Amino acid sequence: MAADDDVFKALADPTRRGLLDQLFARDGRSLRELESELAMTRFGVMKHVRVLEEAGLVVRRRSGRRTLHFLNPVPIRLIHDRWIDKYTERQASALANLKHDLEETG
Amino acid sequence: MNSTSSASAITQVYSVYIKATPEAIWDAITKPEWTEQYGYGGKADYDLHPGGAYRGLTSAAMRQAGAPEIGVDGAVLDADPPRRLVQTFRMVMDEAMAAEGFTRLTYEISEGRGGVTKLTVIHEFENAPTLAVLMSGGMADQGAGGGWSWILSSLKTLLETGSPIDSDPTNMG
Repeated sequence: MAADDDVFKALADPTRRGLLDQLFARDGRSLRELESELAMTRFGVMKHVRVLEEAGLVVRRRSGRRTLHFLNPVPIRLIHDRWIDKYTERQASALANLKHDLEETG
Repeated sequence: MNSTSSASAITQVYSVYIKATPEAIWDAITKPEWTEQYGYGGKADYDLHPGGAYRGLTSAAMRQAGAPEIGVDGAVLDADPPRRLVQTFRMVMDEAMAAEGFTRLTYEISEGRGGVTKLTVIHEFENAPTLAVLMSGGMADQGAGGGWSWILSSLKTLLETGSPIDSDPTNMG
């Protein structure tokens, strides 16, 4: 699915994961604030932020005169709910079956 | 709190694209027959006019676990169906969160291309740090649910795949 591809691509870069970590620690930052913690040109940071925005992982909003960036964890949650739950569920149901079998015979 | 952090630090913004009409999303947020099918699964009770009351009722499962009938209360500040809903929101189930008082919650619904609609939730938690943790999913390991990202993920699933409970097809959009 295209939306999931964008999320995985956006996450497959340490700088971009670092930007998400910055927003997780304190949400709602300006581009200047995001830049200040990175040894990178403004243009480079903007490019990474753009990729995160396109994947829906960062949402930009105006607050007074400033534009702030917010971490949007929903796309990660969607991947979790669609993919990761699918595999962990099998383990959980296998355990439940095992418990059921043991109780039957016990 | 003696903090210099701006209001932005206590605002959370969530957005999700859903293959549904703005009207379907509006109904899913405001109508009890929809709200009981996703997220925390309680019925919403809205008087959709400025100053109108909002009550988020607890689900049967929550009441069975000892929760009171009303989980959240608040008031509608602005209702512009199906585009924008602004309300106050106070969690009253928990004493500490009830004492934090009312927070401000905004739903923005904007129609995109190809039948996909963007839903954005802006929750402003001024003076409500505990509720902010709850709604960010930070209390999931205590059985308090995954907050907004969990609610919106289950809302998307419900609207895109249909619900396990047979619902009124005229609302599906």
